Amino acid sequence: MNATALQDVPPPRETQESYLQDGFSLRSWLLTTDHKRIAILYLASITAFFFIGGSAAALVRYNLLVPQGMIHSAETYNRLFTMHGVVMVWFFLVPAVPVTLGNFVVPLMLGARDLAFPKLNLFSWYLFILGGIVVLYSLFTGGVDTGWTFYTPLTTAYSKGHVVATVVGIFIAGFSSIATGLNFIVTIHRLRAPGLTWFRLPVFLWSLYATSVILVLATPVLAMTLLLLAFERIFHIGVFDPAFGGDPLLFQHLFWFYSHPAVYIMILPGFGIVSEIIPAFSRKPLFGYSFVVWASIGIAVISFLVWGHHMFVAGTSLLSALVFSILSYMVAVPSAIKVFNWIGTMHKGYIHFDAPMLYALGFIGLFTMGGLTGLFVAALAADVHLTQTYFVVAHFHYVMVGGMVSAFFAGLHYWWPKITGRMYPEMWGRAGALTIFIGFHLTFFPQFILGYLGMPRRYHAYPPEFQVLNVLSSAGTTILAAGYLLPLAYLTWSLLRGERAPANPWEATGLEWKTPSPPPTHNFTVTPMVDSAPYSYPTPGSRHRHE
Amino acid sequence: MNFWLTAATPAATEVDHLIIALLIISIAVLALVFGLMLLYMFKYRSGSDVNRGALAQKTWRIEAAWTTGTLVAFFFLFLWGARLYVQLFQPPRNALRIYVVGKQFMWKVEHDGGQREIDAIHLPIGMDIELIMTSEDVIHDFSVPAFRIKHDVLPGRYETLWFHVDKPGTYHLFCTQLCGIDHSRMIGQIVALPKADYQRWLAQSDAGETLATAGKTLFMRYGCSGCHGSNGAGGPQSESTVHAPSLAGLYGSPVTLADGSVVKADDRYIRDCILTPSRQRVASYPPAMPSFSGEISEEDLLKLLAYIKSLSDAGVP
Repeated sequence: MNATALQDVPPPRETQESYLQDGFSLRSWLLTTDHKRIAILYLASITAFFFIGGSAAALVRYNLLVPQGMIHSAETYNRLFTMHGVVMVWFFLVPAVPVTLGNFVVPLMLGARDLAFPKLNLFSWYLFILGGIVVLYSLFTGGVDTGWTFYTPLTTAYSKGHVVATVVGIFIAGFSSIATGLNFIVTIHRLRAPGLTWFRLPVFLWSLYATSVILVLATPVLAMTLLLLAFERIFHIGVFDPAFGGDPLLFQHLFWFYSHPAVYIMILPGFGIVSEIIPAFSRKPLFGYSFVVWASIGIAVISFLVWGHHMFVAGTSLLSALVFSILSYMVAVPSAIKVFNWIGTMHKGYIHFDAPMLYALGFIGLFTMGGLTGLFVAALAADVHLTQTYFVVAHFHYVMVGGMVSAFFAGLHYWWPKITGRMYPEMWGRAGALTIFIGFHLTFFPQFILGYLGMPRRYHAYPPEFQVLNVLSSAGTTILAAGYLLPLAYLTWSLLRGERAPANPWEATGLEWKTPSPPPTHNFTVTPMVDSAPYSYPTPGSRHRHE
Repeated sequence: MNFWLTAATPAATEVDHLIIALLIISIAVLALVFGLMLLYMFKYRSGSDVNRGALAQKTWRIEAAWTTGTLVAFFFLFLWGARLYVQLFQPPRNALRIYVVGKQFMWKVEHDGGQREIDAIHLPIGMDIELIMTSEDVIHDFSVPAFRIKHDVLPGRYETLWFHVDKPGTYHLFCTQLCGIDHSRMIGQIVALPKADYQRWLAQSDAGETLATAGKTLFMRYGCSGCHGSNGAGGPQSESTVHAPSLAGLYGSPVTLADGSVVKADDRYIRDCILTPSRQRVASYPPAMPSFSGEISEEDLLKLLAYIKSLSDAGVP
């Protein structure tokens, strides 16, 4: 035992029930305030949204197989990519890690009984589901063809789709985000175990803390912006549309003031997961812990000051473009620091290649490529050529999908034994990590070249010279899709047939491993104490000595 | 298949140099990151008994080193990207002006000589070209990959874009801001011709009257001449009874407004004066001008603009 003094904790008794055995009725799940059960509710919901959004993406790629478009109607195509964007951004990427893995492990990592506001936690899930139902209803009964960015005055005066219903759904889901962020902030402030000082917090908690601050500060701006949009569309109040005396660029400023920090809402929790996994599977403390922590805080602050880089060709002033360009380079520095620190952690370690580590290594590779191509679009003159093309599509998919989804899978495999009490099949896990890594490159790398050659995004039909690269990208999608279906299959299988998991299968530090798998409803029988820094690897008698 | 795109302007070649530099830096960083990862994955795999030595305790030196290195490299890239971008904001004087109006889902183009085209722009090589662009409805974006430029085309205001083509050819014109259902049909061609061919094209295209002449007709029809004079010469000199500023020599000159500020009378200013005159009233003139907002189409506005500009081109050396 290293990070915690748990010697006086009695071993789990036969009578101690896991949270999964604490009631089997539907009611015991739908009215639960247990953060672990709510995490499971969220996991099921976001998995459904992921496959809905993914199906739309698959149809988008199918359409682009031929220059004139496989799908007959441009309107259907526009609705598909809008549905893909809306569902993936607000109903998968933004909530995914905080509400599932975060919800499950935050109290466990803190040595707490639950989150600070358990009922608010359940309420946030209902808000999320309500928002999701409204959005899915509007997307399936007519849909929206404006893209997930809702630029005015297209949305307020010209689009014929269900714009108002869609933004109302997003508006509702936004309050779910705010509730979760608030819950995490208060929990991390108030419910730390004795001895768990701020600089003994695992980096995952720091990342979620930074994420929560962004959620609480940025989401209200989105809510206000969407309300203004709905008002202008319904009542023709001149806010954004110059035909009514509005400002055509105002919407973009407000929208990106939320949506750029939102990128860090998506990726910061991923940084946190990888910062847990690389030390655990390298059997070494995290290299430069305090630098990684301050980099997370730095990203959270600077992320609010870079929104203008989405508007370098939109008609803003020269001065603002210069300022936003240099600030965009500044926000890349802390991300670069993290990549170097993860690699520094592997140096002189005892590296194990279990599935969580493979997904984490895949994350570093894909995120680095996403980050480097970000340098292209932060350079003003290069952005003028590359923005609004497939280069940007590829860039943010490398960060959001390659990076964030890989990190999510890394965390899901890492904590799966803790969450379910079952081990996933290791060989299948590794095969999944590899398939996703390869399928991802095959899908998105051709899009960098397409973008450089000038192919605009959101085109239902395109000039024939772009066909070869589009076919390559679409072919890669089939491998990527197989890569995402694999974990769905073997993780589901492991729920029923997986080997029973011990309390700490990875011999990892961190309080969540000091309680049985799956944990009892009350998490800890005795409140744990912490007396040392996180990541005190190698743990005594640790794995590398056995192998 | 061609993996490199034609650079039809000198500026496009410069953007390519920047992109190549970014590519080289990216490949170097990727080689470092993937190289170290693969090296450590092999050398420090758990089964390997290579000597690890003692763990480093102090890491701040190396942290400071790579943070500083990254900052310096990023600042260099910022400066390079910014230097080329600033040029886009500095259109040369006396560029050939072409007027572009975007609407769902077409590009309407007017030349000074009165030639009109749709979804195509014929222009001469070897000359500076400046586009004055606006939209009748939603936000569009004028993008020519071969020139490495794009710019949003906004309703309610003029945006400009300039370039200098040195390779004759036919290049893609794309709308790159989602503008509605048939966004992907809002494409066209830029036809860059040698000067002689361009002159022939101008002569062949049935122009009728020049843009400025058409603008003068509108100047009468909308009643502008009632106050600004039939030749736009202003109040006192003209037959007009209302005291209105002279428009001769106005274009491009500084104007003192009623609030004391001085603005340059460029395309945007003149447009705003016609549509919302009360917002930028000229010093020492009464606020007598009515708003023409919603009464003049974008294309007629461009003709009026061309006429007002012609009053300066003729009079001022």
